[in-house]
Parts: sequence; C-alpha cells; structure tokens
Amino acid sequence: MTEYRIQGNTGEWEVVIGLEVHAQVTSESKLFSGSSTGFGAEPNSHVSLVDAAMPGMLPVPNRECLRQAVRTGMAINAQINRWSRFDRKNYFYADLPQGYQISQLYHPIVGEGEIEVTLNEKDPDSPTKKIGIERIHVEQDAGKLMHDQHPTMSFVDLNRSGVALMEIVSRPDISSPQEAGAYLKKLRSILRYVGSCDGNMEQGSMRADVNVSVRKPGGELGTRTETKNVNSIRFMMQAIEYEAQRQVDLIESGGAVVQETRLFDANKMETRSMRSKEDAHDYRYFPDPDLLPVELDDAFLEECRASLPELPDAKRIRYEAMGLTAYNAAVLTAEAETAFWFEDLLAEGVDAKQGSNWLMSELFGALNKTGKTLDESPVNPKQAAELLGLVSDGTISGSISKQVFEIMLETGQAASAIVEEKGLKQTSDTGAIEAEIVKIMAANEDKVAEYRSGKDKLFGFFVGQTMKAMQGKANPQIINDLLKKALG
Amino acid sequence: MSVDKDTVNKIARLSRIAISDAEADKMVGELNGILAWVEQLGEVDVIGVEPMTAVIPNTLRLRDDVVTDGDVRDKVLANAPAKEGSFFGVPKVIE
Repeated sequence: MTEYRIQGNTGEWEVVIGLEVHAQVTSESKLFSGSSTGFGAEPNSHVSLVDAAMPGMLPVPNRECLRQAVRTGMAINAQINRWSRFDRKNYFYADLPQGYQISQLYHPIVGEGEIEVTLNEKDPDSPTKKIGIERIHVEQDAGKLMHDQHPTMSFVDLNRSGVALMEIVSRPDISSPQEAGAYLKKLRSILRYVGSCDGNMEQGSMRADVNVSVRKPGGELGTRTETKNVNSIRFMMQAIEYEAQRQVDLIESGGAVVQETRLFDANKMETRSMRSKEDAHDYRYFPDPDLLPVELDDAFLEECRASLPELPDAKRIRYEAMGLTAYNAAVLTAEAETAFWFEDLLAEGVDAKQGSNWLMSELFGALNKTGKTLDESPVNPKQAAELLGLVSDGTISGSISKQVFEIMLETGQAASAIVEEKGLKQTSDTGAIEAEIVKIMAANEDKVAEYRSGKDKLFGFFVGQTMKAMQGKANPQIINDLLKKALG
Repeated sequence: MSVDKDTVNKIARLSRIAISDAEADKMVGELNGILAWVEQLGEVDVIGVEPMTAVIPNTLRLRDDVVTDGDVRDKVLANAPAKEGSFFGVPKVIE
C-alpha cells in the first residue's frame, strides 16, 4: 500500500493505528435478558429488572448473540475458542446500573483472524494488505445519558443497557487514514454479509475506538492515545489525521505524548483530552461468578459454519469467472444488498453480463438521480428481469428499453404492458425498413456517393437516419444488413 | 497478600464509598484479617489441577433469542431516587 508519512521539522514520521470496533449484534433480545433491542423506543421501556440490575437478578446468555460472534469469527478465518468465559469490568458511571460491564477479557470467544483490504476496492489492480484481528469478544452495551435536558441533572435511558456488542480488536497493522477507512468498510461489508450486525453507524450500531501513535519510520513504537466512539468512517479518518499531526507537533516541540483517552469533535475537526482521572482505568476484572464458562459443542460450531453465506471476496472471484469485468464484480460484491439484488436478477434467468451492465449503468444511474438506495428501488429484480428479457429476445431494442425503464420507474407498470400500450415493439419487418432506406438514400444522394467512394464512416449516419425514421423501433441488426445491401 | 491504607482508600474511591480516616484504619485491619484467612488456601498444592467452575457438573444454560421481558418502566423507575418523566435523573455527570 502507499506509504503515508507526516512531514515534520525533524524528518518523516509514520503512523501506527489499531482499531477497536464495537458492533451491535443483530438480535431480537438482549445479551443476558429477554428485553427487546428495538431502536427508538420510549425511554426505559425496553428494560427488564435484569437490565436495571435489581438485586438478585441473574444473567442468562442469549444463544443467538454467541452464535453471531462465532459466525463473524469464522468469516474472518479466526480461531474459534470452544471454551470462553465472561468477566466483570468494574467501573462506576451513571449509564451502567450494575457497576460493572459483563465482558470477556481473559478468554474471548474468538481469537486471531485477519481481513484483507484494498485501498480502492473498485480498482482491481489496487494493492491489498492483510490486517490482523487480535480477538472478538462479546459484551454488554451501556445505557444512554442525556445532559442537556435539565440544569443540574443528567437523564438516563437504559433501553440500550445490556444489548449485545461484539468488540472487534485489530492489530496495530494499519498505517494510514485511508487504510483505516478501507478496513472499516471491509469489516462492515463482512458483518452485513454474515448478518451479525447491520453496520449502521448513524444509529450507533457500529462505532470505533481509534488507537494512534507515531514513530520515525521503522523506529520503536510511540506512546498511543485512544480516541473514543468515532461514529463515521470519514470522522475516523479525520480524527487519525488530526491526532497524528498533533502528536508529531507535540514531540517535535519537546513535549511527550501522554497515554490517554480522547474525544473527536466533528465540528472543530480536532481531538480533545477527556481528562479522566488517573485510576479511571483500574477495572479490577474478575470472572463473573453469575455465569459458567461458555462451552461450544461440535453441532453448534457446525451450524455456524454451514449457515455462513458466500463472502465478498469469494463472490467477487466467482463473478469474474462468470465473465463480469473486475470493476463490475468489485462494485456488485462490496455491499451484500447489491450482490443479493444481482443474484435475484440472475435467478430470474437474466444473463450475467447483461444483468451486471444494466444494474450498474441504468439502475444505479436512476437511483443516484432520485437519491434512493437499492432497498428503495421502485423496480424489483423480477420486474427488471422482464424488461431485460424483452431486450434479449429481440422484442425491443436496447435504446427503447431505456425509455421503457423510465416509464417503469414513474408508473410502476410492467415492462411488457408499457411496450404493448405505447407500441414500442421492435420491428423486423424488412419491407417497412427497406422503404425508409430508399427514401433516405434519395434524400441524401451526395452522401450515398461519398460513401460509395470510400467514406465508410458515413455508414453510421445512414443507420441513425433509418433508426430515426423507424422511431427507434427497428431491429438494428436488420437495419445494418439491409443498409449494407442497399448501399452496395 | 495484604493491603495498606492507601490501597483501602483507593478501593473505596473506585467503589464510590466515602470513608473517614478512622474507618480506613479499621478497614485495613479487617481486610488483612480476611485476606490472611483466605490465604490459608495457598497451603494446598494445586499444581496441575484445573480451576473448578462449579461444585456439581454443570454447563451454562443459554436462552433462545425471543423477547420475553421489558415493558415494565414504572417498576424499573419505582425505586429511583430521582426521575423525570420516563428517565432516571442523576447528578449531572458531564465534565
């Protein structure tokens, strides 16, 4: 990958980045209780006595949350630990009613794995790099605090308290903001394929803690800072740029980086120290006595593996083998929803090349214009397949199909109904086409002469004129054949 | 293993328990008594013995992913020292 260097007064600096990504596990109920995980509910309505940490309440783990963590681990070729354990991470804060978070420090459910990223996923020649994953563990989310509703009080909503998170910890293998962005995108894509997290950063289902340090190229690792809870890929890249430059400036002006927790302020585009007390990180972890160790058996692991979908890298290679360009294959597989849409189209009998070209130019073009996502597409794969079928069986021409598609987008009518109603069927009536050709040749005698004297390029002019006279409905192959005959 | 007064004060601070100087002194003695008592276990040779997680053979029970609880806001808020509408109220904790 391209080398990212910060130019300081004392020479070049390189940046060392590690990411801890918190991904909310897709599940109906919470990690240790039967409360709903639904987003946007009335405050404190999705809270049970377990989530509120009432005395005597005991946690019972949700099988699905463990299953999704294991499937995610398998998707990044990670070691799956058949034996893992929950620990208590002790700290006091108003959003944490238990006074501890149930997490996994010593024995996480997923061990080492890796993710391969490319800096530009749309460029098949872009270099790739493997980013190591140190571990994935499962833990509880905290509640939400609101500070601006009352002069002296903060308000607490525990709806999120106890929702399952996967913490996905990378190795410090990332060496530029661009690589960090590519890593987060790829990770999000994998999570969405697996179905273990919706990857929705705006709603907070995925957020990153960013560890950054700087050093002279190849030198000893510097002291790192951790910027907490960054909730977009763009912000994360900005936070890294700012933080790396700040550290370089600090060191070069004779200061030293302090290991601390920082916040990213998206308005000012800067990171700030959270100035937490020195012993805030004394978490006094110990095994949670309320929970036995997690032991996964063969049947459980087998089901996890069998239920994994084809993942983006494998899909991309298969699409290329089907004859798609590397670019199309990369774009269609980057997001699960695009790949699934494309595959639904193929399942309706559409040719892979025709389908991919149409999807990338016509459908994406139309969605872009109207600012819609694929999920909101007014045309579904079945309807699209009907349209493309009319082109491939010669009923309509490619150019007419664009007109038909526009009408489909507006009215939601079926392609065949539009073709019927507007009389757009392509004609292979050689008599009608020949009659037009005669007229055009008569009206353009000079051009006919030029063509016959060797100006081959004029052929396109005659095709265009004939197609125009036929109102776009003539079969282009037949026009070609007849023109060649007529012009001699 | 034993604790000194600084450690006792630190644990108290981390636990958000206010203790007076006199209480801290008393606590040092009590905690060290407890630690010494537990430390007797150190006399047992456990080399090669796996840590035990349950007295009887037992495995972790798991739940199915179904919503079976919640929607008890009034119960949850009933004992709150302060509440405002549907929220718990706590002293402002922003820096």
